[in-house]
Amino acid sequence: MAEGLPIIRIKEVTKRFGQTVTAVDDVSLDIREGEFFALLGPSGCGKTTLLRMIAGFETPSEGQILIDGQDMSKVPPNRRPINMVFQSYAVFPHMTVADNVGYGLKVTNVPKAEIRERAEEALELVKLGGLGGRKPDQLSGGQRQRVALARALVKRPKVLLLDEPLSALDAKLREAMQLELVRLQHAVGITFVIVTHDQNEALSMANRIAVMEHGKVRQLAPPSELYEFPNCRFVADFIGKMNLFEGRVAGVSGEEVLVEVQGLGRFSLPGEGEASGEVGIAVRPEKVRLRREKPDEDMVAVHGKVSEVAYYGGSSFVYVTDDTGRTISVNQQNEARTAEPGVTIGDELWCAWKPRDSLLLRA
Amino acid sequence: MSAGQGAGPAGGGKWTVLRRREAVGPLEYTRRWWMRLTVGATFLMLYAPIILLVVYSFNDSRRNIVWRGFTFKYYEKAWNNESLIEAFVNSLAIAVVNTLVATILGVLVAIALWRFRFPGKAAYEGFMMLPIVIPEICMGVAMMAFFARVGWPTGLPWPLTLSNIMIAHIAFSFPFVAVTVRGRLVGFNRELEDASKDLGASEWQTMRYIVLPYLRPGIIAGALIAFTLSLDDFVITFFTAGPNSVTLPVKIFSMVRFSVTPEVNAASTVLIVITVIATVLAMRFQSPSRRAGGEEG
Repeated sequence: MAEGLPIIRIKEVTKRFGQTVTAVDDVSLDIREGEFFALLGPSGCGKTTLLRMIAGFETPSEGQILIDGQDMSKVPPNRRPINMVFQSYAVFPHMTVADNVGYGLKVTNVPKAEIRERAEEALELVKLGGLGGRKPDQLSGGQRQRVALARALVKRPKVLLLDEPLSALDAKLREAMQLELVRLQHAVGITFVIVTHDQNEALSMANRIAVMEHGKVRQLAPPSELYEFPNCRFVADFIGKMNLFEGRVAGVSGEEVLVEVQGLGRFSLPGEGEASGEVGIAVRPEKVRLRREKPDEDMVAVHGKVSEVAYYGGSSFVYVTDDTGRTISVNQQNEARTAEPGVTIGDELWCAWKPRDSLLLRA
Repeated sequence: MSAGQGAGPAGGGKWTVLRRREAVGPLEYTRRWWMRLTVGATFLMLYAPIILLVVYSFNDSRRNIVWRGFTFKYYEKAWNNESLIEAFVNSLAIAVVNTLVATILGVLVAIALWRFRFPGKAAYEGFMMLPIVIPEICMGVAMMAFFARVGWPTGLPWPLTLSNIMIAHIAFSFPFVAVTVRGRLVGFNRELEDASKDLGASEWQTMRYIVLPYLRPGIIAGALIAFTLSLDDFVITFFTAGPNSVTLPVKIFSMVRFSVTPEVNAASTVLIVITVIATVLAMRFQSPSRRAGGEEG
């Protein structure tokens, strides 16, 4: 039961539909026991197909999936030690809430008294105690989702799979449910694997995130690492907001890479690799400062004109168009009530950041 | 310009107010006189004969021409007419067997067409629907030719003497069941099926506990349609019925050949009542509120 052991091993799994569509392309990853794992990516990236292969609803064209050390290739969905919460919740409309929750126990011949007890327990766990007699059409969307959760958890699976569980909820409820899912996962200690296209969801809930694109895993890392150290342009752009510049490597010395970007000049930043080639230079909007005067030499700086200011309450995004036409977004915290963003459209100023706050992206 | 017109909307007098009608909107079809006329004429043509038939079944006269007062006499007479009752029992027996078999077949076909992909599926789907579109007279002749060709035994004990009519009825009514059930399956969320299996249910348990309860309204509606179709079928039955297997519609037809007595009206009225009840039930089970999944389990 030691945390950190892989409960799910996905080994070189490929899934093709027909001759032309490759939904999942040679994916290998381990999901550790007890962790909250997220598969994140835009729609059509293969994350749901991967989840359905873990659940057993799709068979891999190539490769192998192991759950708790056992090869699953010949095991049908109803014999796998995992359960799933479906995107539509798939609550059985003709059964009461209690019957829904007890269904998975009934079909596996658990005694009636035990079913009632465990179903009640599961409903308490998802805070639906006392609603067992209701029909699904008497429940709200959020409650129906809790029924789906209770129905899966009552089976005491080794892994709980969640397919876009929050996409059908409104913004407030979604936020509450994110915390709720984390609380639930701590309470039951079961490995959760969630599929989502919402980066905020993944960042706020998961221990580790696999970012997928075109059927491949681009990066697998904890949320903060994914945010601060994306390994390619796709991840940098997909997670959060990012300013991307195209440049080239001018030289390498030790742990530093000297890059040259049009309009920004030459500067060194942490990195390694070849001393040549086209690279992407990325910097997060909150790492960029606005300056009225030309900043010191040790800052990367670019001159431009404010083209737009978007006020978000807690912070504002200032969009600066530089002399070559690129738009740089800058995130400013609105720290004092009376303070305005301080800039207006048309202001001429400098965007500046420390060289080591920018990222070198070779892929 | 008259004084009345100059008085303005308030002082226009009650006459103007009464006579002025609101303009008929483009979609207010029920307010157009020609539309009302057409609808009225249609209903009259459709239902007047039936109403007349029912009314004259209570007519105290041997001939169905003049109203001579109210009586239940002819219902009594029909009830005491042994050959008529025999035909009625035959019809019921055929309808019940047909309903059972056609419903099971129809549900199986609907599920097979929804669940599986197999070579020739589109062709099969088309062929299966043929009994719905083929003229009944052709079906009847084909059935007659078929039973003659295979040398279907005659003179079997009851109810086996009805077997060829049953087979013919099943052949033309099961597609109606299949179509009705299929219509319900279109709205089925396949994640329900996945969820059931994910929770440990086998294929059969999923069918039994999830798919069939969902289909129930469609199955009942289909069964009632099959029952009604069988009960009042004349053409196909006429071609397949032997001398010992007369059904109610065939019997009524032969009675009419001699004279249209109120007894015929009475027998027909009974048939109408049964059919209407079955149809109303079928419609209730197919109503949108039932489809939406609000039905009780």
